[in-house]
Amino acid sequence: MLEYFKNKMTTRRDALKSMFQGAGYLALGGMFWGELVENASASPLALRPPGALPENQFTKACIKCGVCVEACPYDTLKLAQDGDNTVVGTPHFEPRDVACAMCTDIPCVPVCPSGALDINLVSVLNKETKEQKLDINKAKMGLAVINKESCVAFWGIQCDACYRACPLMDEAIFIDYEKNERTGKHAYLKPVVNGDACTGCGLCEHACITEQPAIKVFPVDLVTGKVGDHYIKGWEKEDEKRLKEVDETRSDDADVGSAMDYLNSGDDIFNDDF
Amino acid sequence: MKNNKFLILRRLVQLSVLFLFMSSSYLGLKILMGNYSSAFILETFHLADPYAVLQILSTGFIPAAELLIGAGVIVIFYAILGGRLFCSWVCPLNMVTDAASYLRKRLKIKPIIKKTESKKLKKVRYYVLFLGLFLSMIFGQTAFEIINPISMFYRTLIFGIGFSINIVLIVFLADLLVLPHLWCGHICPVGGFYSIIGKFSILKVQHTSENCTLCMKCKQVCPEVQVMGIIGKETGKIKSSECTDCARCIDVCDDNALHFKIIDPFTKK
Repeated sequence: MLEYFKNKMTTRRDALKSMFQGAGYLALGGMFWGELVENASASPLALRPPGALPENQFTKACIKCGVCVEACPYDTLKLAQDGDNTVVGTPHFEPRDVACAMCTDIPCVPVCPSGALDINLVSVLNKETKEQKLDINKAKMGLAVINKESCVAFWGIQCDACYRACPLMDEAIFIDYEKNERTGKHAYLKPVVNGDACTGCGLCEHACITEQPAIKVFPVDLVTGKVGDHYIKGWEKEDEKRLKEVDETRSDDADVGSAMDYLNSGDDIFNDDF
Repeated sequence: MKNNKFLILRRLVQLSVLFLFMSSSYLGLKILMGNYSSAFILETFHLADPYAVLQILSTGFIPAAELLIGAGVIVIFYAILGGRLFCSWVCPLNMVTDAASYLRKRLKIKPIIKKTESKKLKKVRYYVLFLGLFLSMIFGQTAFEIINPISMFYRTLIFGIGFSINIVLIVFLADLLVLPHLWCGHICPVGGFYSIIGKFSILKVQHTSENCTLCMKCKQVCPEVQVMGIIGKETGKIKSSECTDCARCIDVCDDNALHFKIIDPFTKK
């Protein structure tokens, strides 16, 4: 009998021990692997194809099949390799090498099987016919940013390479004319990016004549600010409508009357009871 | 003379799939676009690696229907025909690890762990499979796809040799020097996944023990030797779905004791 229990005890202990050992191995592998995953994820710098979901959704959704890359007729897109500073296997492009050609039929988007490239993000709905039409100008692959110190147009030298390369000339990039006080008789032709219209195709970055481009495209989230809801453009009717949505009822509003008239009633002031 | 019928057939299938994938990138033949994670056939139908799709689902993202259907088709195909057919007949990494096996035998390299001592490690793939899904959930990132040597290998063929080739070399050298079939036979969660879904598949290797002369050539070549328990002992089919249906054992058997058999999934005969 005692022998039996002894055996039973050892087997149970062994079972527990091997269970913990297994859990240990699992934790060990998980931590190593987790470290790799964590390092691979911390990389917000890649420019994505048109119609890509927000970066944190995109890296989840993309199955890394590269069909968008193959569909791209200009070899703009590449699947990231180790060392490309983004999640390995996801599609991205570097506009200084090859910029997005802004194909009107957007061949890279409809072929995506996972929904990481969402066709709704690059099409407009015709309200009357209920027809969805592709519109590459809706793309938000990135946002062009000008470094005016290294842009020769800001020095006073005439250059409008980016302006002319832009597929949305005068919308996404326009020229700001300004008198050149240094010479007294020339003008600065300064390129300015309109963030609302810029698609991030990178044709400007590709065209920039300086050694390192003075205009560069970055992921939208990286370079855009956020004002917050408490500022309203009072001079714009559309924006002013937001005032109506503001919730004005506050908890202490209920007793506004008594708060304003507490000195007028007079009863408490002349109370000698205290 | 050595019979290599199935080996040649297997290489033909592997290389054809690889050629079709690569030709869509290099020659513009749009028969099979994409890669081993997800393929696009004749620009009409998507197929998908079900384990990759499971990882996407684990991150909390619900992919488009095309991907779910494509993964479903793959699951049904391999579940019926033979789970790990993918490993030995399609996966390009099989050629890498087979090259390691060949080289090890040719150079008579003695690995650190012997093939016969690795039985415990054969279950590691199921833990890796689970861990991949768990980490995908924790990090919101398809965890295995970040280190998947199959995709790394294919991307190297398309986009040129980069740092990504590292993990393929690791698989190759580990197979060559540490433990035979270390990756494909022990760790790879894709193989683990196909082992699980292949439980009821119809293509099995049949053993006729009356013909067996116990030469054990089959056990020497088998990458999943734990499935070969019945060799020389009883007539029957190799039951374990960890068998990759590579048919190397059928090739090397000189005594007509092994052959493929289509079984009835209901009567299991």
